[in-house]
Amino acid sequence: MESRPPRTAAFVPKVRQVGFFASLDHCHLDTVSPSSLLPRSPVMIYPTRHGPCTSEKAGEQSIESQDASGANSKQPLKEKTSKAERRALQEAQRAAKAAAKGGNGTANMKTGKANSVQKKDTASIAATSEKRQVDHKDKDRKKDVPHPRMQFDDATRVEKAKKRAIVKQTEVRNRVELFRHLPQYEHGTKLPHLEFKFFHLNSNSVHPAVYKVGLRYLAGDISGGNARCIAMLQAFQESIMEYSAPPEKALNRDLTAKINSYVSFLIECRPLSISMGNAIKFVKTQIANLPLTLSESEAKKNLVSEIDRFINEKIILADKVIVRYAVTKVRDGDVLLTYGSSSAVEMIFLHAHELGKRFRVVIVDSRPKLEGRLLLRRLVGKGISCTYVHINATSYIMHEVTRVFLGASSVLANGTVYSRVGTACVAMVANACGVPVIVCCEAYKFHERVQLDSICCNELGDPDAISKVHGREEVNHLKDIADNENLQLLNLTYDVTPSDYVSMIVTDYGMIPPTSVPVIVRELRKEQIWSA
Amino acid sequence: MADTTNPNPNPINNISAYYQTRAAHHGVVTSDWLAQAQAAPFSVIEEFNNWRKQPDLAEAVAAIRALASVIRSSDANTIAELQSELKSASDSLKSWDRTSISLTAGCDLFMRYITRTSAFEYEDFNSAKSRFLERAEKFGEISYKARKIIAMLGQDFIFNGCTILVHGFSRVVLEILKAAAESRKVFRVLCTEGRPDRTGLRFANELAKVDVPVKLLIDSAVAYSMDEVDMVFVGADGVVESGGIINMMGTYQIALVAKTMGKPVYVAAESYKFARLYPLDQKDMVPAARPIDFGVPIPSKVEVETSARDYTPPQYLTLLFTDLGVLTPSVVSDELIQLYL
Repeated sequence: MESRPPRTAAFVPKVRQVGFFASLDHCHLDTVSPSSLLPRSPVMIYPTRHGPCTSEKAGEQSIESQDASGANSKQPLKEKTSKAERRALQEAQRAAKAAAKGGNGTANMKTGKANSVQKKDTASIAATSEKRQVDHKDKDRKKDVPHPRMQFDDATRVEKAKKRAIVKQTEVRNRVELFRHLPQYEHGTKLPHLEFKFFHLNSNSVHPAVYKVGLRYLAGDISGGNARCIAMLQAFQESIMEYSAPPEKALNRDLTAKINSYVSFLIECRPLSISMGNAIKFVKTQIANLPLTLSESEAKKNLVSEIDRFINEKIILADKVIVRYAVTKVRDGDVLLTYGSSSAVEMIFLHAHELGKRFRVVIVDSRPKLEGRLLLRRLVGKGISCTYVHINATSYIMHEVTRVFLGASSVLANGTVYSRVGTACVAMVANACGVPVIVCCEAYKFHERVQLDSICCNELGDPDAISKVHGREEVNHLKDIADNENLQLLNLTYDVTPSDYVSMIVTDYGMIPPTSVPVIVRELRKEQIWSA
Repeated sequence: MADTTNPNPNPINNISAYYQTRAAHHGVVTSDWLAQAQAAPFSVIEEFNNWRKQPDLAEAVAAIRALASVIRSSDANTIAELQSELKSASDSLKSWDRTSISLTAGCDLFMRYITRTSAFEYEDFNSAKSRFLERAEKFGEISYKARKIIAMLGQDFIFNGCTILVHGFSRVVLEILKAAAESRKVFRVLCTEGRPDRTGLRFANELAKVDVPVKLLIDSAVAYSMDEVDMVFVGADGVVESGGIINMMGTYQIALVAKTMGKPVYVAAESYKFARLYPLDQKDMVPAARPIDFGVPIPSKVEVETSARDYTPPQYLTLLFTDLGVLTPSVVSDELIQLYL
């Protein structure tokens, strides 16, 4: 579904000419490892597992990391100086370009990428003067650039992260090459350890409420974007209530650091969803904007009520507004299809049913989570006529469907919908059959990032979940080859649906076409500034 | 939809008043409901109808003038009171004719203006009231100006020797073509007949007056003559949030044909026609029916499709000429969000 450029494109000179690879040709060629000179197979599975340049992603990014790691290990110091100079020049050019563009999405993204590479570089460059120079530039840009994501195929950084980690996780052995940059751990290995540790918490580490939420994420008790977000915010509230600033520190500084440590703990339990990222950003801005004149108790009260307001306005009320809008698109005699289990979509169906509209629901579900069954149970319990199919039957059932309602984990700035894996498939089939696809998503889940495929950012689930069928031991055909190096299991959690397949996005701001997502993102940002 | 509660004084059951007026303006089909409406006691609807009788006045302008008369005759003492009065007036106007998009959009626009300005400024009530009135008066002028701006923007797209296909009777499109003719451009216009209102006849008539070469087509000859067409010009009853348009029946198929043959489709519409609607398909609108004269009596067993308009999705439109500038369809939603957020 994702149309990625062919891998070889990364080595076409034309590609290297653009943007920030302009003059790096020669050092790139110097440092290419033998593996990258091998003939490229379409699936990009390399013989070596931990070579210097295993990170192979689409297009430019591959050069980036090769360049970075290669430079770190092989280039002499002198070469680096000139490189830094060159980079500085390019930085300036790019900054000018970005300014001219008025800081639109693409510019942002580019600099973001550059930033991540730069960080890698600076981590290992010995010459401190250069480092400072680059760091300074980093600081300048930090304001408008999203934080670079941790790349889990970067061995040095992973080592560092492990030292800090509270949760001790065991990595899965056979990982799919294309998804090496994402964290993947053995499921079930960390929970007992953490549960044990719960009783040995000292005051400096994670607050018990946050710890509890983390454990529940880990165990899979809380799932669904809204539920996870609300649980996290409530844990933060509790921790803020019991918090008292150390005597020599300012409250907003220390509290931000505290929240940061909580967040990194939560990430260790399960990668954050984009909605949670937005909520955390909100909490942090609230802390940063606390007036210094407030006393500690007032400040705490203020924060707790602000978080309450966020939960109420952005999540609970937003859902009500979405339901009110979306229900107008349900007519008598409709056959509505949904995929998986989305809380917003469920509310829409229930509300339409309460209004006395006569419609039928088709629930499409997929292994391994089978979340649709819970939804099915609840809808049937309310007396709605339902059909339950698995995703294999989508194309069969789509002909009788009149509307497709989908939930989303996030909606990105180019209108791409980031949602439970399988959503893209359903949307594509619906589009092919001429059925309108309606995506229901609260505006706080919108993100200014642009993502073109589901590879660069995703979450990997438990690979055992797809190799085994629960409750049927006899179909366990992969049992004895689980450790075979040639067997790589991939259990993706999310996928991206291109905006072409989406007819409409229903948000708390109304019904908008996917092309208008950037407007909402812009307005949201404005709002945040105003409320500050 | 809510036809049972609809106080529409229409003599013919279930007929869209909007299309009725248009038909009346075009002088081909006549109806007597206007006279009936005049006899009623004062109401915002009556006021609206009085304004609407002027053929040159857009529906949205008439709606806003009618709302202005509500302000004038109101004995409210606070802005909140006035607002609630206006709200009920605009609601009754809107429910009077649900099929008219520009009526709804005009009401919404004026209400939006009232709430916005009264939220921002805390001046005394009387000056606020007079400012609202002034604004309402000005709106007619604004709408008139909008047409001029669109004509100025749109005529740039007409080049010498081009052939333009026109569907429906749109005052804005007429203005564009007139502006182009005035600037001595040489072009040819193909006019669809526009059954059943025969809007094309009137349009061709208007163009002939300004010496533009016109050719009339029957509605089914669009694909046949699309070869020789360089661009398609249509007006719009309403521009919806997706960037698509709701317009006279037949626009959708013309846009489809034009898209298939790679011809640009240009829409001319004033920004007060932007409506917060989002139809997903053709049937996802309030139906607007109109009588169709087939010349011969139709057997009662035969059903007649009486819908007066269709929805053209944004992917079939090239550009929209509005008083906000020349827009791509996706910008419509941005403007709407900014207006109503």
